[in-house]
Amino acid sequence: MGSNMAEAHPIAFGYVVKAKEQGTKVIHIDPHYSRTSALANLYVPIRAGSDIVFLGAIINYLLTNKAYFEEYVMNYTNIAALIREDFKDTEELDGLFSGFDEQTGTYADQSSWDYQRDEQGTILTDPTLQNPHCVYQIMRRHFARYTPEMVEQVCGVSRDVWMQVVQTLIENSGRERTGVVCYAVGWTQHSKGVQMIRSAAIMQLLLGNIGRPGGGIMALRGHASIQGSTDVPTLYDLLGGYMPQPSALLPQQTLADYIATAGEKTGWWSHFPAYIISLLKAWYGDAAQPENDYGYSWIPKIIGDHSHLMTTYAMLDGKVKGYFLFGQNPAAGSTDARLQRKALEQLDWMVVLDLYEVESASFWYKGTEPVDPTKIKTEVFLLPAAASTEKEGSFTNTQRMLQWRDKAVDPPGDARSDLWFVYHLGKRLKALYADSTDPKDRPIQALTWDYERAEPEPGSRITDEPDIHLVLKEENGYYLRSSDDPQRTYTLRDAPHVSGFPALKDDGSIACGSWIYSGVYPEPGNNRAASRDPQGYTFQNWGFAWPANRRILYNRASADPQGRPWSERKKYVWWDEEQKKWTGFDVPDFPVTKPPDYRPPAGARGMDAIGGSDPFIMKPDGKGWLFAPKGLKDGPLPTHYESAESPVHNLLYHQQSNPVAKYNRGRPHNQLAPVGDEHYPILATTYRLTEHHVSGPMTRWLPWLNALQPAMFAELSPELAAERGIKNGGWLVISTPRGEIEARALVTRRMRPLNVAGRTVHQIGLPFHWGFQGKSTGGITNDLAHMVLEPNVSIEEAKAFTCNVRPGRLHEGA
Amino acid sequence: MQKQIIPLKPIERVWSQAMQIGITTQPFSAESREKAPRIRDAKVVKSVCPYCAVGCGLNVYVKDGKVIDIEGNPDSPINHGALCPKGSATFQYTVNPSRMTQVLYRAPYSDHWEVKSLDWAMEQIAQRVKKTRDETFVERLEDGRTVNHTLGIASLGGATLDVEENYLMKKLFSGGLGVVSIENQARI
Repeated sequence: MGSNMAEAHPIAFGYVVKAKEQGTKVIHIDPHYSRTSALANLYVPIRAGSDIVFLGAIINYLLTNKAYFEEYVMNYTNIAALIREDFKDTEELDGLFSGFDEQTGTYADQSSWDYQRDEQGTILTDPTLQNPHCVYQIMRRHFARYTPEMVEQVCGVSRDVWMQVVQTLIENSGRERTGVVCYAVGWTQHSKGVQMIRSAAIMQLLLGNIGRPGGGIMALRGHASIQGSTDVPTLYDLLGGYMPQPSALLPQQTLADYIATAGEKTGWWSHFPAYIISLLKAWYGDAAQPENDYGYSWIPKIIGDHSHLMTTYAMLDGKVKGYFLFGQNPAAGSTDARLQRKALEQLDWMVVLDLYEVESASFWYKGTEPVDPTKIKTEVFLLPAAASTEKEGSFTNTQRMLQWRDKAVDPPGDARSDLWFVYHLGKRLKALYADSTDPKDRPIQALTWDYERAEPEPGSRITDEPDIHLVLKEENGYYLRSSDDPQRTYTLRDAPHVSGFPALKDDGSIACGSWIYSGVYPEPGNNRAASRDPQGYTFQNWGFAWPANRRILYNRASADPQGRPWSERKKYVWWDEEQKKWTGFDVPDFPVTKPPDYRPPAGARGMDAIGGSDPFIMKPDGKGWLFAPKGLKDGPLPTHYESAESPVHNLLYHQQSNPVAKYNRGRPHNQLAPVGDEHYPILATTYRLTEHHVSGPMTRWLPWLNALQPAMFAELSPELAAERGIKNGGWLVISTPRGEIEARALVTRRMRPLNVAGRTVHQIGLPFHWGFQGKSTGGITNDLAHMVLEPNVSIEEAKAFTCNVRPGRLHEGA
Repeated sequence: MQKQIIPLKPIERVWSQAMQIGITTQPFSAESREKAPRIRDAKVVKSVCPYCAVGCGLNVYVKDGKVIDIEGNPDSPINHGALCPKGSATFQYTVNPSRMTQVLYRAPYSDHWEVKSLDWAMEQIAQRVKKTRDETFVERLEDGRTVNHTLGIASLGGATLDVEENYLMKKLFSGGLGVVSIENQARI
């Protein structure tokens, strides 16, 4: 669901086809019939944006019929936990949970979602599942209205087809069998995208499909190192390894307060102090000392949502003066692209690094409409960048696996790696700030920044490329002091490597820039990202999968509570009674000597609080969370809301759309069509083609790919085409309140009208790869999409919005 | 252990003889004999596809300091040598006459690009960063809470950046300069 794997991840889909040949049943649920659908055993067309109803009804069925994997669920999830008595569900508040604040449009007070605990902090449970406040009973009530009838009414899927899906899932659940869910941005790009994925997580936990071979939820990420960018990360709200960026909106003014609010007292995150202090030591070196909180105050504090799209608004307001684009193209690639181009015009200066002159570099003289450069102030520096073959470094793929690329040749002319650019910019800035006595300049002065190569790269004409292995070593971690002789101190260059994150300490004796990557470079000459031995069942020596080279997360769950494999067929990680340790085909995701029958004493702290049959060690209670007592901004359980723009009213609650999504309603450019607006009666969804990549900077300059996929088009059903007089191969104009674009019409049964809530809803499909630059140009699909953001992760809703279509060209006589 | 010799069946004997004829008589022209795949003798550099996140292995063939071909790496347990249309086009992504090789600069309100040196651009950019940072840096909010940040500079990266590049970006921009809006395609 939410993925067209055959076309967007073709090589990975080869394994799905292979599995199908061996008897695996493949189900594709998607608004758009594609090659994935063609190769599936069952294709289910669904209305875009209705996934939570489809999955919610499955959850309801599993609970009502006790069709879940009972031994797994009772032992490994929080199904028996008691939730506070003042918690109110959407059933009681017509689509809202308790804690909602009308004024701010947020769940300002989430305390009622929490567990009930005794005086010692132990979570109260009812293993009989009878207590009305236990997770099981709350879920029974919450999902009761998610029925097969609702699936028909809301999703446009017949109950017989839905039931086939349910039966297949149940047949593939239990000790002997598993099922996997694959998704991509077809789930993330919704105003309730996180809760769609949560629905799948709940379903997979109920079926016993997490932490086991052939199970899980596979996030099919879209770019070579998009996982790496998330891990390291280049995101405003995170520090390395999923520690939050400190916030001035929380009590996080000191390091101790930050650790108290961001870390956990129990479970693996109890190691949080070691990870943050090691990161501060990696960044600020000797300047980070216990007396100054290891430089914690220098880390910038967030004061709200500074995500990409909210930053676009800040740009429009003139608050952002300077902008860096490293191989990114918001002028065509980001939602409401017209607004993105306008935002770029408000900047004082911008720097673009790319291989080609992309739309975001040329917006000042070119666009979808005539542009007058003499009215645009933005100063633009456009720097040629090195291609992936012209520099060495690692990509983290969709399996969390780091793979190293060796360098083939020098980049041409003045093109340089982004590493070179950032390193030399940093060097110049350190020089500019070297003599400052202003306290605000201390962090840039203190920042450790010595990645100079000891010797120039043999055969390269670029003599000042930084030493990437030193950067990798800093990510991995290194000792600052000798444990034998505390007087002996080290620098990044001469320090011994850390073997992995279990070695990290909270005493400032180790520097580590990215704890989850620790272990990737455990000793000189052993870069495990560059391991290329393709042997073995789990390919342990091909690349390095964080954390600790584990291939399946939470793999303790692949054994039963007593530590035995659930079945011979699904054997993966198990407790070896003779050796008294966990062993198997993968690195166990569990303290290796903790026996399955270990029970934490009352009041236990750290990992001691995690029982021997609690596989989910990153959670403070070691359980898989069917009900999320904290951590989500839009509720502890998934709830169906209509998309921000929808042709129909919400049939489940009076609450029409996600109450805590970021609507940006006051913004003149971000107009939304009202519910059921007759001017915009058609639902649009967007997708990627095999031959192009995002907004095209890596493909539309390539004649080979342009020959295969030469022009922008829109897919629509024969019924809709007949209704509107649109001919296959002819032109059509697609319009939304944000803009209009033209495309060639592909009239096809791949798009099917659905019967939703007693009426016909038409859907059209739009690829989003074109722009006004490159060797193949065409309408910018992102000009149509709006800027309503998902509340947890601020992702746009590009997969379901309303539009209209008419035959013809955008401009007369074109 | 003595090696067992299995006698050839008549049909195999014919084949065997036919193969020997092929070896001894060489029915090829000198030109044919000298023909070789162009990747022969090329240096093979191990790489990874820059497009989607599956992470297919690539063999990059280099001869005379130039990339002459890019193919799937048959050793990779991910793709076993196979590539999709995009991956197969990686060669043209990197070896392409449309690629930029010089720094281009557009002055405010100007209607044209100017070619500039890399050194000049780096110094100008560093100056812009310092100026904007100094003008927009906030140490404390009005109520006294420490923030030590600037909202005047933002960064947006693509997801073809290396892990190490992302690491240095976050370190410099966040840890060094106090930039808050450091974002990536990962948000999109």
